Amino acid sequence: MTMMEKRVGSAANFVDERLGAAGWVKKSLNKVFPDHWTFMFGEICMYSFVILLLSGTFLTFWYDPSQRDVVYEGVYQPLKGITMSAAYASSLDISFEVRGGLLMRQIHHWSANIFMAAIVAHLLRVFFTGAFRKPREFNWILGILLLTLGLVEGLLGYSLPDDLLSGTGLRITSAIIQAVPLVGTYLTFFLFGGAFPGVGFIPRIFTLHILILPGIFLALITVHVMLVWYQKHTQFPGPGKTEKNVVGHPILPVYMAKAGGFFFIVFGVTAFLAAVASINPIWLYGPYNPAQISAGSQPDWYMGWLDGLVRMAPPWETHAFGHTISWNILIPALIVPGIIFTGMAFYPFIESWITGDKREHHLLDRPRNVPNRTALGVMSITFVLISLINGGNDIIATHFDLSINQIMWATRISIFILPPIAFVVTKRLCLSLQRADRDLVLHGMETGRLVRMGSGEFVEVHEPISAEKRFILTSHEQAGALELPATDARGVKRPGVLKNKLRLRLSKAHAVAIPKTSAQDLKEIEHH
Amino acid sequence: MRHISRYRNHKAVAPLLLIIALFGIGTTFNVASASIKEPMNASARSAQIEEGKQIFLKGCSTCHGLNLEGSAIAPALMGVGAASVDFQVGTGRMPVADMSAQIARKEPVYNEEEVAALAAYVASLAPGPAIPTDEQLNYERDGSTAEGGELFRNNCAMCHNFAGQGGALTQGKYAPTLMGVEAYHIYEALITGPQSMPVFNDKTLTPEEKLSVIKWIKAAEAEPNLGGASLGRTGPVAEGLLVWILGLGVLIAVAVWLTSRAR
Repeated sequence: MTMMEKRVGSAANFVDERLGAAGWVKKSLNKVFPDHWTFMFGEICMYSFVILLLSGTFLTFWYDPSQRDVVYEGVYQPLKGITMSAAYASSLDISFEVRGGLLMRQIHHWSANIFMAAIVAHLLRVFFTGAFRKPREFNWILGILLLTLGLVEGLLGYSLPDDLLSGTGLRITSAIIQAVPLVGTYLTFFLFGGAFPGVGFIPRIFTLHILILPGIFLALITVHVMLVWYQKHTQFPGPGKTEKNVVGHPILPVYMAKAGGFFFIVFGVTAFLAAVASINPIWLYGPYNPAQISAGSQPDWYMGWLDGLVRMAPPWETHAFGHTISWNILIPALIVPGIIFTGMAFYPFIESWITGDKREHHLLDRPRNVPNRTALGVMSITFVLISLINGGNDIIATHFDLSINQIMWATRISIFILPPIAFVVTKRLCLSLQRADRDLVLHGMETGRLVRMGSGEFVEVHEPISAEKRFILTSHEQAGALELPATDARGVKRPGVLKNKLRLRLSKAHAVAIPKTSAQDLKEIEHH
Repeated sequence: MRHISRYRNHKAVAPLLLIIALFGIGTTFNVASASIKEPMNASARSAQIEEGKQIFLKGCSTCHGLNLEGSAIAPALMGVGAASVDFQVGTGRMPVADMSAQIARKEPVYNEEEVAALAAYVASLAPGPAIPTDEQLNYERDGSTAEGGELFRNNCAMCHNFAGQGGALTQGKYAPTLMGVEAYHIYEALITGPQSMPVFNDKTLTPEEKLSVIKWIKAAEAEPNLGGASLGRTGPVAEGLLVWILGLGVLIAVAVWLTSRAR
């Protein structure tokens, strides 16, 4: 043993004797993580969050969360002498007078955008592979909470500079809160400390954005990751991978090296974007003034679909008993997202109710093998994309020489028509892919080699696929539909006839599948 | 005062007042029409008006009528003024190439001289807003960038976007980009209100305020993109597109690469 090793060893021993950490560390370092590129989305989220914390802390050193009026005397000439809030003035100073300030602002904003994009990608991966199934339902709900928090945190974040665009966003936010029936007006007064815009929202938003929400984020992310740690990561099916094991690399050294390296790559990509591409050029927007608005005002992309839904809504209003109910805001901005987020949160339970499957699952589904779920996912994506397109309808209209009215009408109609079509098409595609899998297992791969038989007939040579691939294509289970007899053993009608009928129909739709190749089939093939 | 009012019933009062009134109107008209770009003598002007008339009869009268009276598809041009002609023809919007939702800017059909002649002809038939002179348009001297920015955000940004990049209006119409538009064309548009644009008369925006707006637009045009690639100065739509394509796209490519070795 060298001198060095001795010293490190005695230091480790010193800690271990007092904390008993060795056992825990040893166990933790022997943790195994499976390898798949789609398992990295969550890491992108986590790393982006770290980048957000670091760059955000930097920004707080110079940002002044106050709506006090100041006259701008900074270096940006086109705004010199304009009266503005201290928040906006300090954001300009960060951009132009703090060394590296603009780069940090841009890193922070690009990082937020990457964070949200990675959350969505992560959510889609978890959904399409069925990773939310028992025992991971709680973690799925935590994920939905994190997504919702991310939306709010992002909105509050880009509202802080108090520029014309962000003020417009807050105006719409206040309108959406006002649309809550009965209490909306009071709620807005409570949140903004009076009539919009008031003088209190910047300090309040600041506290929420830099203290409360990041605190909740940190707590939820910790629990989210600890649950993954504790429940183990899911894995794709393959030879040697079962519901009882995890196949992959131990934390040290391979996984650690990869994950650590990936952090720097995420940071690098974020910094690269921030260095070469402008984001939120607040000095061009000008200070917020409720009397002003810019053409093409848009929220950031993750709020864009909500904006698109609001833009789509027809101008419906009801006046009754001295109250106005703005259906045109209430439905697209509160009811529809409410349904979507609640539905997402409860989906694991809904699916297990439909399938009657209460077992634990650690092996992931291939999306094609669960056509109904995959189709539902694609249907939802279609819905959000159509809304998102309408959110940018003015930009699309000017850049593609279209009429904003045509785009609005196209999205108004297609939001009802396209998602169901997407559902049907996806389901058919999944079943076709299952058919292709079956074909592949039974007949092997096409080689492109043509052979002329003695009789003059041409045939293409098929090569059998590898055992590993055959296992992957056939190892999934195909549970049939639920069977719920209408009467119980004593011939008494079961309660909840309608509920059972619905469950049966859903279960039947869920269980649609092309029968996979069985061992029997394979044996027959060998006899050929 | 008393001895002047003694003559108010004198028989010479009416003709005298008439002469004064006519003199006043004439002077006003002279001053107004003197603002056409270069002073020229009477014969040169009438020759220019005649040239303008010929161009008008050939190129414009089919739609706007032989006497500027307009038609079912084109407005009457009596009183639109030289400024309107200079804007519409000078930016190539007139003569119109296609009658879609909005008449687009294009390469002008007539050269500067011909545009001036057309403007002179239309202005000679009925008074209207004149083309601003270089002296009137000295925005570098008379305008203020910061004030112009504030005025721009108050009056223009809701259609033309925060940075003058243009924006969508209803039914396929649009507020065009202001980048690369000549100062006098902006001024003419302000005082004549072409197509969907409202008129900003001198009460809504004083001449100095108009110059400030122009000065701000020119400053925005000349401003380098301080934060890197501008992404069109259109706001978060382009940013969102970039973050999915470049941001997440690159990271996914890296993730695929990182995990591929393990197979």
